[in-house]
Amino acid sequence: MLEGAESLRLWGETLRALGRSPGAVIGGGLLLAILATSLLFPWFTAADPLAQDLLARLTPPCWQEGGSLAHPLGTDNLGRDVLVRILHGSRVSLFVGFAAVLVACGSGILLGLLSGYYGGRLDSLIMRVADVFMAYPFMLLTISVIAVLGNSILNLILVLGLSDWVTYARTVRGSVLSIKEKEFVTAARSVGTPNRVILRRHIFPNVLSPVLVLGTVRVANIIIWESGLSFLGMGVPPPMPTWGRMLAEGRVYITDAWWLVTLPGLAIMLTILAINLLGDGLRDALDPRLRNIPR
Amino acid sequence: MDELLRVEGLVKHYRVRRGWGGRGARVHAVDGVSFAIAPNETYALVGESGCGKSTTGFAVLRLIEPTAGRVWFRGRNVLALDPEGLRRMRREMQIVFQDPFGSLNPRLTVERTLEEPLLNHERLSAAERRERVAEMLEVVGLHPEHRRRFPHEFSGGQRQRIGIARALMLRPRLVVGDEPVSALDVSVRAQILNLIVKLQRRFGISLLFISHDLAVVRYVSHRVGVMYLGRIVETAPVRELYENPLHPYTRALLSAVPVPDPRRRRTRILLPGDVPSPIDPPPGCRFHPRCPEALAVCREEDPRPRRPADGRIVCCHLYGGSPPGETVSPAPEPGASPPTPEERRT
Repeated sequence: MLEGAESLRLWGETLRALGRSPGAVIGGGLLLAILATSLLFPWFTAADPLAQDLLARLTPPCWQEGGSLAHPLGTDNLGRDVLVRILHGSRVSLFVGFAAVLVACGSGILLGLLSGYYGGRLDSLIMRVADVFMAYPFMLLTISVIAVLGNSILNLILVLGLSDWVTYARTVRGSVLSIKEKEFVTAARSVGTPNRVILRRHIFPNVLSPVLVLGTVRVANIIIWESGLSFLGMGVPPPMPTWGRMLAEGRVYITDAWWLVTLPGLAIMLTILAINLLGDGLRDALDPRLRNIPR
Repeated sequence: MDELLRVEGLVKHYRVRRGWGGRGARVHAVDGVSFAIAPNETYALVGESGCGKSTTGFAVLRLIEPTAGRVWFRGRNVLALDPEGLRRMRREMQIVFQDPFGSLNPRLTVERTLEEPLLNHERLSAAERRERVAEMLEVVGLHPEHRRRFPHEFSGGQRQRIGIARALMLRPRLVVGDEPVSALDVSVRAQILNLIVKLQRRFGISLLFISHDLAVVRYVSHRVGVMYLGRIVETAPVRELYENPLHPYTRALLSAVPVPDPRRRRTRILLPGDVPSPIDPPPGCRFHPRCPEALAVCREEDPRPRRPADGRIVCCHLYGGSPPGETVSPAPEPGASPPTPEERRT
């Protein structure tokens, strides 16, 4: 991979290009704000997301009649503060999202590189396994694995990550197939560079951009999947609050207490919007052909 | 005679499948090519696109695995080497590519690209490597300061200089130039050609120069092999080939070269039809369907190589002469320097 000042310069160029895209700036800013909030909120509130206040059950948000500033975004059916729960839930959702993408990215990139570069039987084997994964409904897979292994955050990350490696593996394999035919790869072979060095030095850095873009978009997907699983009771073990579980629990009260489903839903939507905007900008910034077009 | 490289009966076939469950077919990309290159000599392979000249060059370095044949480099059979032996052998055989944009990794600085051969073959400290890189950059006419730049910060001609520098880092004895100037602007082509000729003399390199450009070939090479449909049809010293082409295909090829003299009358030889598919090459002489001088025998019998004069080989039924026992190449006389670019022009 790259080293030193030169690599910084290359990244600097990418960042500058990213700065020229308004979508990426808005998305990146929003995402930074969300991440900062989710990391730093304990400095400002020590409220317990599990603390129940049964006398203040189903209090509406503060701007509505009957609301109070004690619970700015209202309370749920057990009188737990919705704002505090959303803040705590953000940690779980974002952590699971990014960690699962890392697992998926890591395994997908490795298998895609091997499959695309060496080809032959190894390629067939990896791609047929990928076909099986793609043909198998993801929800069914996840639910059965969680049902057998029990639901913990670690299991959830592994299952979500491993059910998503196929996308990365296929993307990487496709890029490798085109990159390995480039003359600079032939040139590396002709100066006697061993295969593993060619993979690391010449192929991997050149297939990284599409994966980076894919990764940002998939974080959003994983967050939705985690919500879905928590909604089904298969996600993060209760009583830990997650955005998905809040949706699931609030569903019953949707006619009386709109805020119980709407507000966590809004949190999910904003996060995903931010990530997608950033991902779109990143795709353009990483493509040198699009980089120097004045906007 | 003194030989650095000797290629015997080199064959590269590609299998292709025609349609679903169709019968496998073979593309005869290179079909029995033999030649030899002496130390310090430039041997050019010319021909139309698709005649197999680049495949030949790649197969000699085993960047493509040949189907059959033998490649002797300094007395060792390159095709019989194990991977480690091949890796070591590649120190001495390098290649300059056609496309100056595709042949450099866009994410590596010039320095990282140029030190790669050293990392693979020599144990040097970082400072020694940097020195060698800077030295080589100067040799190819770039500024040593340029080593920190990325390929996209250079022009096509400069990139080709970097490609040449990479090929020369290990001080090879043989360099394959795969159309090294075809992708360049005409304005920088001459500069790069002069650089190649200059460095060849300075480092004592043999050059296998692959090109479709007859003017370029005339300028740089000592001997020329003309390829048609995967075979060499004629081999001759450069001056003799251009002054007195023997094979009908060579004559047609040379008649297509523009002559910058309005008074000189030229007879154009226009060949009928297209180059046949290398999947079903014609029987007999491969050139007979398009040859203006084809005889009855050309349709049935593959012409054996003949030596109508010293140093010349032609595969054509029109010529008599003894079949060559040895592939002959006139080595530059000991002590004599290769011709200067000006001399080569004649």
